[in-house]
Amino acid sequence: MYRYDQFDHQITAERIAQFRDQVSRRLSGELTEDEFRILRLQNGLYMQIHAYMLRVAVPYGVVSAAQMRMLAAIARKYDRGYGHFSTRQNVQFNWVKLQDAPDILADLASVEMHANQTSGNCIRNITSDEFAGVARDEIVDPRPYAEILRQWSTFHPEFAYLPRKFKIAITGATEDRAAIAVHDIGLAAVKNAQGETGFRVLVGGGLGRTPVIGTEICDFVPWQHAISYLESIVRVYNGYGRRDNIYKARIKILVKALGIAEFKRQVEADWQFTKDGPCTITQQELDRVAAFFSAPDYEQLPDHDAALAAQQSEHRAFSSWVQRNVKAHKVPGYAAVVLSLKKTGIAPGDATHVQMDAAAELAERFSFGELRITHMQNLVLADVQRSELFALWEAARELGMATPNIGLLTDIICCPGGDFCSLANARSIPLAKAIAERFDDLDFQHDIGEIELNISGCMNACGHHHIGHIGILGVDKDGEEWYQVSIGGAQGNATSLGKVIGRSFSFAQIPEVIARLLQVYVHERFADERFIETLRRIGHEPFRNFVYATPLDAEQGLSGAEYALLEAGTAYDTPYYSPRF
Amino acid sequence: MIIKNSSIVADDWTVLRLDGNDTPEGVAVAPGKVIVPLKVWQAQRDVLRSRAVLGVWLASDERAEDLQSDIASFAVIAVDFPKFADGRGYSIAYHLRTRFGYRGELRAIGDVLRDQMFYMQRVGFDTFAARTDKDTREALKGLGDFSLAYQASSDQRLPLFRRVQRGVAL
Repeated sequence: MYRYDQFDHQITAERIAQFRDQVSRRLSGELTEDEFRILRLQNGLYMQIHAYMLRVAVPYGVVSAAQMRMLAAIARKYDRGYGHFSTRQNVQFNWVKLQDAPDILADLASVEMHANQTSGNCIRNITSDEFAGVARDEIVDPRPYAEILRQWSTFHPEFAYLPRKFKIAITGATEDRAAIAVHDIGLAAVKNAQGETGFRVLVGGGLGRTPVIGTEICDFVPWQHAISYLESIVRVYNGYGRRDNIYKARIKILVKALGIAEFKRQVEADWQFTKDGPCTITQQELDRVAAFFSAPDYEQLPDHDAALAAQQSEHRAFSSWVQRNVKAHKVPGYAAVVLSLKKTGIAPGDATHVQMDAAAELAERFSFGELRITHMQNLVLADVQRSELFALWEAARELGMATPNIGLLTDIICCPGGDFCSLANARSIPLAKAIAERFDDLDFQHDIGEIELNISGCMNACGHHHIGHIGILGVDKDGEEWYQVSIGGAQGNATSLGKVIGRSFSFAQIPEVIARLLQVYVHERFADERFIETLRRIGHEPFRNFVYATPLDAEQGLSGAEYALLEAGTAYDTPYYSPRF
Repeated sequence: MIIKNSSIVADDWTVLRLDGNDTPEGVAVAPGKVIVPLKVWQAQRDVLRSRAVLGVWLASDERAEDLQSDIASFAVIAVDFPKFADGRGYSIAYHLRTRFGYRGELRAIGDVLRDQMFYMQRVGFDTFAARTDKDTREALKGLGDFSLAYQASSDQRLPLFRRVQRGVAL
């Protein structure tokens, strides 16, 4: 993976010194909260319901064992012993004190990490495919480009005060696993007829209040021009993106307003002044950065492992795990393994400091000391020998990270929601828990097969509800939390936006609503047809009709103990219930 | 007092801002060193052209292109930041310096604060009229927040990877 040189260290250190000074000026009252807010956001620090939240960047989702141990140490020292992996491959700590933030940044810098630009109206952490470098369908390894763009966008002087936040995702594989169509800029590395590398560039995608699928602005930007081309896109946006209305300030609104043809004309008019200029990426720089991502020392192994087949037939649970959590690898004898952070009863994407430390150890033992964070909020060990899968499974099971549910119903994408986030209309985590408990039976989940259930606590859509096969959105009605259900969304190459099925539901009704949606699917599906495929074939109507056919009990599906918790509210010592409720 | 080329100096320019009753055509431009709004320059160009020295300022929704052919007419070009979070001025400055080759004084006016000045300096501002309720000596410190940067801009036309020998994988 990429390692800092003296320049990276120096820039990071200077940033921390700058922020330390800003924090002390805030604490002394020299800076007003209005002046300070934007500065802290660009250092990843939000003010949430209970405390400050620090969002640590994991550039393109790649993290070393040493870095993971530091995250564990930060969780222990400055938080309440856990962290939350987010849909943008970042890590969030929920219980941070303002005066500690500079020290946390210094701890992060000691392992070459940072929280730069993880919030604010600037270019955010660049996300990518969690199987970069190992996927069989990879055309180009996106990580060197992601790192080059990380450096370009870090403290870019022209783009720190954009109209709104700006998110870039990059993939290099045939199948898009980075949700590039719902980013402000989506990059897909491709090869042209001459075998040269370039990028298909999408612009103006995004979720939030106005979900839009990105539009292609250029089908091939040669890699050398990636910086200058992106710079022109962001420059046009900086000049003309709306600043009068926060809800219309994302680049998608500008692209819609101008039309893609006019937007492209403006971008390319600007680009003519910088194309082939000093921002052109040199072969030398690409080679330098790419060398950090060269393949580890793989052993020559047979692809088929007889012992593995025997272990699978002997242990049904192991077999399920292999089926769901083990992914193909481009090197014979190796596999990529997803460690599930979606165990029923645990907030999706949360990991304790014990799990983080243990995951670091697993990475060292099984996967060349490296992990990935996925935008589905799980962890990946990308380079595991197939002959060691059984040992890894046993170890991961001990840690509660071997739930064989990747891609299944309980592999829920979920934002922090109303338990933590000051923007939320409704709680997400307890709802994810209620759903997971209702459908905890693994045989049932395996029978339902691949399905994506995404929950956002508000329309900002951190839980990607628009692109869930089933999407749940928390809405506020006269101060009460309600949930809107949409179906038919999807990520990947066939990205689509879900449609709301009708009037919203109470918290307690949601598990039953999902049960009814699944009943329609089970009834209508053809063999091997996934939920989304059945839905696309038969349309929304049968699902909608069945959900609303008979009344839903307002308290349906909620156990007595849970209901008591909701009623009384409990002291905040578990991640699930905040004093707010 | 203003910050100019990293020093605190007295300022003998006046910034003309139109109030509710003024029109670009009708407003009287006082004698002496005045920085006029772009619209006033456009409306009164023929008269103002005869002045020994003149400055012009751009609002954040105006464009460097609007000045293009007149760029050599001014001793000072200023860019207004109506709120420090309005980042359009950064691209305006970048355009003036890199595309239109403006070499004269480029001044940041309006909601100009210490914590934005480093980036302002990078895109091409050399003069800063820091907000009057802030201590100019304190604001000056903002220019030294970083000693290097990854990317190219007006102050440094080469990105880091073309300037130095970067570290390599071991």
